[in-house]
Amino acid sequence: MKLHEYQAKQVLSRAGIPIPDGRLATSPEEAESAAKAIGAAVAVKAQVQVGGRGKAGGIKVTKTPAEAREAAKAILGMDLKGLRVDKVYVERAANVAAELYLGITLDRDRRRPVVMLSTVGGMDIEEVAASTPERIARGWPSPLLGLLPFAARALAFEARVPEPQRDAVVDIAQRLFAVYRSTDAMLVEINPLFVQKDGSVLAGDAKLDIDDNALFRQKELAALKEVSKDEEAEEKARALGFSYVQLDGDVGIIGNGAGLVMGTLDAVRNAGGRAANFLDVGGGAKEAVVKAALEIVLANQRVKSVLINIFGGITRGDEVAKGILAVTAQHPPRVPLVIRLSGTEAAAGRKLLEGAPLVSKETMDDAAREAVRLAAEGRVKAPATRVKR
Amino acid sequence: MSVLLGRDTRVLIQGLGREGSFHAARMKDYGTAVVGATKPGKGGTTQDGIPLFDTVAQAVAATGANASLIFVPAPGAADAMLEAIDAGVELVVTITEGIPVQDMLKVAAVLETSATTLIGPNCPGAITPGECKIGIMPAENFRPGGIGFVSRSGTLTYEIADLLSQAGLGQSTCIGIGGDPVIGLPTPDAVRLLNEDPATEAIVIVGEIGGSAEEHAAEYLRAQGKKPAVAFIAGRSAPPGKRMGHAGAIVSGNQGTAQSKVKAFEEAGIPVASAPSQIPRLVREALARR
Repeated sequence: MKLHEYQAKQVLSRAGIPIPDGRLATSPEEAESAAKAIGAAVAVKAQVQVGGRGKAGGIKVTKTPAEAREAAKAILGMDLKGLRVDKVYVERAANVAAELYLGITLDRDRRRPVVMLSTVGGMDIEEVAASTPERIARGWPSPLLGLLPFAARALAFEARVPEPQRDAVVDIAQRLFAVYRSTDAMLVEINPLFVQKDGSVLAGDAKLDIDDNALFRQKELAALKEVSKDEEAEEKARALGFSYVQLDGDVGIIGNGAGLVMGTLDAVRNAGGRAANFLDVGGGAKEAVVKAALEIVLANQRVKSVLINIFGGITRGDEVAKGILAVTAQHPPRVPLVIRLSGTEAAAGRKLLEGAPLVSKETMDDAAREAVRLAAEGRVKAPATRVKR
Repeated sequence: MSVLLGRDTRVLIQGLGREGSFHAARMKDYGTAVVGATKPGKGGTTQDGIPLFDTVAQAVAATGANASLIFVPAPGAADAMLEAIDAGVELVVTITEGIPVQDMLKVAAVLETSATTLIGPNCPGAITPGECKIGIMPAENFRPGGIGFVSRSGTLTYEIADLLSQAGLGQSTCIGIGGDPVIGLPTPDAVRLLNEDPATEAIVIVGEIGGSAEEHAAEYLRAQGKKPAVAFIAGRSAPPGKRMGHAGAIVSGNQGTAQSKVKAFEEAGIPVASAPSQIPRLVREALARR
């Protein structure tokens, strides 16, 4: 779960990391009074979770409260990479002398957190890593011990942080590691970390991404969750206990097990089609879950056929069949359904589905080919005529 | 025995709830020695004929258990793993999904200083067909034989084991290592075990997008592979930035793409199936070339 910049900065500030004075605003008037209260030049920053806000026109630096109002007027309601801006963060403009980078994330190979520090800040760190990897100092602290003072100092020396800022950066790095641990972060990043002309150091931007699996114990942060329009179906699926990701093709997919569903997506691509979604009903899905899953997939108007691929382990074929029938019995599906049932209670499931408006196939490859063929037909014909009644 | 588990394995269950009881019974049916379970406060009693203990250490002392299977829900799962490691259990298998990454980082740090092998979390477990099963996989899809099988997936493992079994390619040991970003036995370590195992004639590796474990496994086999291997990567059609069900299955930036993994295997001379249905044929061909 990603936090907005202003939320992440509040978390950093509470941990003792210096941030510029700032206020949230949802209207041009609020932005103006925020600028007045700050009493200096301010940056008006769109609060949306996309990278490259500045380049896209989502950040404006202004000298007077009236200018801040105009900037907020321009930014609020703006479409930034598909997301509508409905909040701006009004923040005292920094007197920037230099920009550093400081970030902590997971190194999967080493199974440790990795702390990265660089004097090449303000850029995409992946670009820096690709072009000048020697400019990034890295450390892998023990998750049991945390970022120890000597290790933080070593990073600052390796990154060649200038002497006047060294102690401040070492302190901020240790505090950031404490934030990483206490918030169950997957990523916490300050980019840029400003060095001001007076020599002080403060966080110019902040990114904080919380581990979804830890939200049960991060209640305060979990309460900040916002669901964008794009994610509504994904959230609904999560509430029902399965995993759904919308994609851009027209073959709807339902399966059990993340790997099998990924394999099914690939099988659809091998057959020349494109999947409309990833949907894993999880292990042991009962009738009601399968029904809800089919409804979510069918609600996507791009879908021209649905491929259901179940290899029963804990999941039972008869439960899957009942879930499908619960949908098709109400009204015939608007697109053709293709099913492949194997494993636990598959025979019972197939028997239940006899006479139902769907096509049954023995293997994953055959089922994928049929679903792709039917989706292609659906694109040229009225979908409803494909369904046997 | 093949690797990790066999006839001498004595299994303890941590988390004998609804799921745990169901699978403990199926494991007993398969012939696995389920020697006890922990249930703090219920030590000295039994449940479904399984003796209960208050702590893992007590259970190990009383039963000689050398493996543990964990079903404890996510908030307490790391504690359960650390308890099993502390008690010196040789093999720990964690089925639980949804464990916070930072809990797993702590467990991984403790594992580094212990002799325990951890499989999982968020995995189906491991099976040496005909000898011992520790996990939740439907046993009827597996047959004894010479194929060592390591997989990040659950259901896809059953599918591929079934394809192999039907093609007459039985398995030495199948290890479902789990789909999380931090796991106890990553692909390269599992591959190393199978490469060194005399009972394994060929290795099947099922990977997923995300991370670079498959690339490291390919590098290892290129340098030290003693037997033929075949790979499959799930998620070749997944777009970047979208998490495909498993917390670990995500392409972020240019990291963890299927293309990079396929390339690494092909450069190591390991054929990569573009669909699970091709795996048995590729295994046969690889065995014939040997």
